[in-house]
Amino acid sequence: MSTKRTDKASYTIIFSIILVVVVGSLLAFFANATKELRVNNDKVKSQMDILSSMGIESTRANATEMFNKYITKQYVIEGVNATENPEAYLIDIKKEQNKAKEGGVQRLPLFVGEKEGEKIYIVPVRGNGLWDAIWGYVALNGDLKSIYGVFFDHKGETPGLGANITEPFFKDDFKGEMLYDASGDFKSVEISKSNGDPNNVDKTDNQVDAISGATITGNGVGTMLKKDIRLYLPYFETLKK
Amino acid sequence: MADNKNIEKEPLFSKKNIGLVMDPLTDSNPITVQVLGICSALAITAELKASVIMALSVMFVLAAGNVVISLLRNVIPSSIRIIAQLVVVAALVIIVDLTLKAYVPDLAKKLSVFVGLIITNCIIMGRFEAFALGNGPWKSFLDGIGNAAGYGLILVIVGFFRELLGSGKLFGFQIFGDPVEKTGLYALGYENNGFMLLAPMALITLGLIIGFQRSRNKSLIETN
Repeated sequence: MSTKRTDKASYTIIFSIILVVVVGSLLAFFANATKELRVNNDKVKSQMDILSSMGIESTRANATEMFNKYITKQYVIEGVNATENPEAYLIDIKKEQNKAKEGGVQRLPLFVGEKEGEKIYIVPVRGNGLWDAIWGYVALNGDLKSIYGVFFDHKGETPGLGANITEPFFKDDFKGEMLYDASGDFKSVEISKSNGDPNNVDKTDNQVDAISGATITGNGVGTMLKKDIRLYLPYFETLKK
Repeated sequence: MADNKNIEKEPLFSKKNIGLVMDPLTDSNPITVQVLGICSALAITAELKASVIMALSVMFVLAAGNVVISLLRNVIPSSIRIIAQLVVVAALVIIVDLTLKAYVPDLAKKLSVFVGLIITNCIIMGRFEAFALGNGPWKSFLDGIGNAAGYGLILVIVGFFRELLGSGKLFGFQIFGDPVEKTGLYALGYENNGFMLLAPMALITLGLIIGFQRSRNKSLIETN
């Protein structure tokens, strides 16, 4: 291009301002227009994830219906007091954890499900993997001592390694695993590389087999479970009475 | 502005214009000949469905971006033209990302960062710089469609082989029978090759495609 009006500094500045304003408002409009759909998608995903932890696979189409069928009650726990809240599944665990860090009281959602006549308690967990956040739901048996099933998801763990925490072969290991040791102390479940029990036959050792090459993600899962399930123990004590 | 006169004289689908769409499919293919956009071609081709969605997303971004840049080519100050191109492509990519999240959320999660990375896909900036800045909107549109189709074609070919051999499926439908129930081919002892699902096999598949193409057209072989 030869020397034209477009080479002047004032033109360049005005051009960039107009470009940014036009593009900015276009995107803001677009984000707003799709917001409702996206928020709803996230809601449905939470419902699917909670159901998945109690071993019920649902699709986006029937998730809400199944959720209402299998999840009988939703509570929000503060300290040892639980209040029923039908929108407890929408609580943002990340925000609550940040609140606790700043000295506030963390609201803890608890879901009570019922499957084949058995009562199942489901708690959300959230922690850090190797690269980014990991989270999930842990379903506990009615006695609150062992795990019924788990669901894990992650933001950006390594595909083929850490990302495998979402795979059935890893999640299934947790089924039936005890959270307490023989003397009744809370141990949670550790992800172990050396428990010599790759098929996870021993359900009382508080350990499941780790994924090779995913040490930090595995440790993250272990830390997350211990830290977050512990928060519910005071309330669980009141339930056992 | 010689190109404007050309457009008036030329019919919409002149031989030259059709060439703009067809050439990138074969002899000037952005992936196999120009070796651009490899990163996403390796990452998301484990499934055919993801390949197709990615190809369509790139096609939308490249065609629309080419037209916008072509329309603005005489008003974009040359000192900030790369920035202006980036703003346009980023805006289009965000629109694609939001649309996918709203309508196909599960697939959006699978494509994850790679939709965002369309911004850095060399094919896009390459076509803006090399073509849209110097040609009219209609030609730029065709060029965008052609190059995105060339990119998508390779993605679909790689995705086809990886999904078929890696998980025995196409678009999620089981082709060879059920590997768990041991029906169809699996009853005869056939096994899926899980290695096909990992990135190295995408690179090898792509290498085979490049090799095959150059064996057919010797003029593509570099001499140095």
